[in-house]
Amino acid sequence: MLDTMTATATGISNAILRAKNLDVFYGEKQALFSVGIDIPEREITALIGPSGCGKSTFLRCLNRMNDTIPSCTIRGTVEIGGHDIYARDVDVVELRRRVGMVFQKPNPFPKSIYDNVAYGPRIHGLAADKGELDEIVYSCLERTGLLGEVRDRLDAPGTSLSGGQQQRLCIARAIAVSPEVILMDEPCSALDPIATARVEELMEELRRNYTIVIVTHNMQQAARVSQHTAFFHLGTLVEWGATEQIFTSPSDERTQGYITGRYG
Amino acid sequence: MTSEHIVKSYDAELNHLNETILKMGGLAESQLAEAIKAIATRDPELAMETVRGDPRIDALEADIDHQAVRLLALRQPMARDLRNILAALKISSAIERIGDYAANVAKRAVTLSESPPVRPAGTIPRMGRLVQRMIKDVLDAYTEGDAEKAKAVWARDHEVDDIYNSLFRELLTYMMEDPRNIGPCTHLLFVAKNIERIGDHTTNMAEIIYFMVTGNTLLESRPKGEDASFAHPEPPQKDGGDGR
Ligand SMILES: Nc1ncnc2c1ncn2[C@@H]1O[C@H](COP(=O)(O)OP(=O)(O)OP(=O)(O)O)[C@@H](O)[C@H]1O
Ligand SMILES: [Mg+2]
Repeated sequence: MLDTMTATATGISNAILRAKNLDVFYGEKQALFSVGIDIPEREITALIGPSGCGKSTFLRCLNRMNDTIPSCTIRGTVEIGGHDIYARDVDVVELRRRVGMVFQKPNPFPKSIYDNVAYGPRIHGLAADKGELDEIVYSCLERTGLLGEVRDRLDAPGTSLSGGQQQRLCIARAIAVSPEVILMDEPCSALDPIATARVEELMEELRRNYTIVIVTHNMQQAARVSQHTAFFHLGTLVEWGATEQIFTSPSDERTQGYITGRYG
Repeated sequence: MTSEHIVKSYDAELNHLNETILKMGGLAESQLAEAIKAIATRDPELAMETVRGDPRIDALEADIDHQAVRLLALRQPMARDLRNILAALKISSAIERIGDYAANVAKRAVTLSESPPVRPAGTIPRMGRLVQRMIKDVLDAYTEGDAEKAKAVWARDHEVDDIYNSLFRELLTYMMEDPRNIGPCTHLLFVAKNIERIGDHTTNMAEIIYFMVTGNTLLESRPKGEDASFAHPEPPQKDGGDGR
């Protein structure tokens, strides 16, 4: 299997994120076991696996969202551009700017559409004046395909949009702070097929400038949007490699069973 | 296949597809057997019956196309299942070709039964048995998902080529000896060529099955016998022959 790497294999050349020997515990209970994976830059990596296998846990390790869960402890390393994100001197706010996140349920702030997108740039001081801020907001709404739909109601609350529009607003909010990586945890599970197709198209577009890691339960979605796929099972990373390889000839029986819809 | 799908009707549909392939393959195998028997026994009735049997194979191919398209659209198959369905599509078109070649052999059996017998005709059943055996084994490899069995069939293609090459030389010699042999010998040559092509399609099926089971291709090039296209047989000695 030329393109398939096992969980222990080392190194691809264009990795932006690299997890090594990652163990995660919630209290006494271990949720991830020695996960090692490279996330290639400006490509889309899909994380798949049965419910409870640790996909969200792993995703949250990539921008230290797990820090907010008191019982959660982590061993091992996650590097971004070669620097350990769990090192003592890391500025977590800055880390989360570089590694943004989009959640399963669209969660716009209870603010106007404009302010939803402007929020990040404001707190990170990314715009010198109102003109620059406008520019950021407009260009992010434009890139997520929302501008045409909301141009004349930028003052309306973000929550007044449809589910699919809200999710694209959340993506606009995520890219407004110029992140390097965008983490998405089942971003389309609450959307209809048309809204899903829009988000998928948007991901393809975003891939030119950003690295995307997406958790999805939809095998066809993983196959459609990603270049790399990682299969998790019971807290271990069973297999990861080129998406095409994983969906045509996976090397592990567990992967095969899962993606073809069989009992394990 | 190791275990069952959570959705039972999916298994039922895949099984039905695989059964249709076997039915189609079995039919092509018996069409070939009948066509060769018609040559060996010089039986134009049997030959005509065989020719009339071909549309049944074509109908099964259409059935398989339909099933495969439906499975692809409704089940969105992945991995081994996906390879299985693609294999079924390719195998059914290989079997359809085999059916055509068998029908062509049968048509020539009609003509051959009307011309005087020539001795090399005796080699045809031997070649036919070999290829029939390969078809049977390749269908078994498909049913059992046995990559090694498929590989063994694949490796046997050169035996067919070898018989074909020696028959080719023999036929040329006969034709040079006596121009009256040219008619029947040419038909036999086409018959042999058709059987040789059936061997090629069978080998091709073996490759498809190997990929279906393992996800890998049979990379090494198949052992190839001598190529008859480049054969230059010596003309027979004209020492005191009937000098025509
Ligand atoms: N905050 C938490 N506290 C305690 N245990 C947790 C917590 N979050 C997750 N877990 C446990 O860790 C394991 C992995 O959970 P995780 O949410 O990462 O799975 P998942 O693969 O994202 O599942 P799903 O597909 O259902 O979202 C599970 O056994 C889960 O019960
Ligand atoms: Mg989850």
